[in-house]
Amino acid sequence: MKIAILGMGAVGRGVLELVDGKDLGLTVTGLADSKSGLMDKDGIHIEEVLAAKQERGYCGDKSISATDIVEQADYDVLIEVTPTDAKTGEPATGFIRKAIARGNHVVTSNKGPIALHYAALQSLARKHRVSIRYEATVGGAIPVMHTLQHGLAGNRVLAIFGILNGTCNFILTRMAAEGLTYDQALLEAREMGYAEADPTYDVKGIDAAIKLVILSNTIWKRNVKLDDVEITGIDMLTTDALRLAEEQHCTIRLIAEAVPDRGVLRVAPRVLPKNHPLVVEGSLNAITIETDMAGEITLIGKGAGSRETASAIIGDVLFIRETHARGH
Amino acid sequence: MKLEMKDTPGQLVAALKPISDVGGNIIAVIHQRDEKTDGDVLAVQIVLELQEQRLGELLSLIKGQGVNVVRIGKERLLYKQTVIMIGHIMHTDLGDTVDRIDCTGYAEVTELTMVMPAISEPSSARLVIRAVNKEDMEQALGILRGVAKEKNLLIIEPLEGIG
Ligand SMILES: NC(=O)c1ccc[n+]([C@@H]2O[C@H](COP(=O)([O-])OP(=O)(O)OC[C@H]3O[C@@H](n4cnc5c(N)ncnc54)[C@H](OP(=O)(O)O)[C@@H]3O)[C@@H](O)[C@H]2O)c1
Repeated sequence: MKIAILGMGAVGRGVLELVDGKDLGLTVTGLADSKSGLMDKDGIHIEEVLAAKQERGYCGDKSISATDIVEQADYDVLIEVTPTDAKTGEPATGFIRKAIARGNHVVTSNKGPIALHYAALQSLARKHRVSIRYEATVGGAIPVMHTLQHGLAGNRVLAIFGILNGTCNFILTRMAAEGLTYDQALLEAREMGYAEADPTYDVKGIDAAIKLVILSNTIWKRNVKLDDVEITGIDMLTTDALRLAEEQHCTIRLIAEAVPDRGVLRVAPRVLPKNHPLVVEGSLNAITIETDMAGEITLIGKGAGSRETASAIIGDVLFIRETHARGH
Repeated sequence: MKLEMKDTPGQLVAALKPISDVGGNIIAVIHQRDEKTDGDVLAVQIVLELQEQRLGELLSLIKGQGVNVVRIGKERLLYKQTVIMIGHIMHTDLGDTVDRIDCTGYAEVTELTMVMPAISEPSSARLVIRAVNKEDMEQALGILRGVAKEKNLLIIEPLEGIG
């Protein structure tokens, strides 16, 4: 199966390395970063292009753009792994629309297009008889979308509760374990590479809320938006608050919660018993799905990382290959 | 709340039936040998959750069944949750914050632990709230949420019933 990849950051490189290193039957025929593009219908030499990117900062020909790759390369699945723009969803949404309109499947880790345009993109994909999958947008390596759509098929999902931001979870874990202040723990998260230079989206709960929107729309298809989520971040938390929780064998975690029957859609720090299944340590993510038949299911795993996120993307690509076997 | 009655044949069944009729939730039925009752008659305690305003109705229904309720327990706030609060808790009239819960009549702040750091830094407090039942607890937390918003305090609610 032929894939074209937009974006050569942590996630794009992870996908390239796995496609190169594992015998998955995938051929990369198109590739672009922000400055250049490259296409070869017989397959791009992955090691060479990774080395070139590292050496000179761009991957291919500066006269070829990402749009050119989307519109002209010969591929079955577009892997869209450019940066998330939570306000506009661009340029990713444009790339995705063009790929679908050409009759190609899309797999993305980009939260922008899915959180903002889920319904429109799904109906466009249906119209062109292709799939758009986005497992990597929520919970990194955790196969939550597959679990919801296939494993739990036929269940009514009553509620979801999740730890959807590894940076916040790392900060809270460190504040509780070492008695660090919020600022100290944030600094440590930066040093460990968990937090961005501008951690606002993470610590204010916005990233978790965007993921909650994606989960909600996947499950309940009610077209909720980021503005519908009641959001409280972790940036006001004190070490004392964590200690007070600790004294009662509890701790504090940033929990994303959706309970449509009670009209609840919110992200907020919450007090939980330390032995609660959602209380995971460090940068892990966890998601509890409450259903009518299966009861409660909790999934735990790595919420980010180059290989881990690539795992979710490859899972989507191989799922598409299985369900749409077109003999490529 | 706790209801106590003598355990003569048929009384228990007669007493239990009206509880569900008024929307009560039976938590436990405890048989115990009561020293004060004469002979070998057993006393029965029923622990249940009930909206307080329906207590009168329940008692008359039970009486109608010919059952005599000996005592109604004082422990009516069976439901307990822990909430943590951060902000300028003292300077935003802590007494009033607690009062707003206590004056409801169906919920109470029964414990308050406060840590005060350096002046002007936000302080942290742990409140234990007790309420008659889960719905009342939700109401109480709703009130607290409103107070927190008004006073610019951060409240950290429990995810599920604790303790
Ligand atoms: N990192 C994770 O663990 C993780 C986990 C889940 C989801 N995600 C999501 O996955 C996506 C990629 O994440 P990342 O960490 O790999 O990001 P990243 O390291 O910032 O890399 C982004 C890549 O996209 C390229 N790019 C930017 N604008 C472009 C454009 N207009 N056309 C083509 N390429 C463009 C960049 O090009 P240059 O190389 O030229 O700058 C870069 O190669 C994001 O949407 C992110 O939210 C990431």
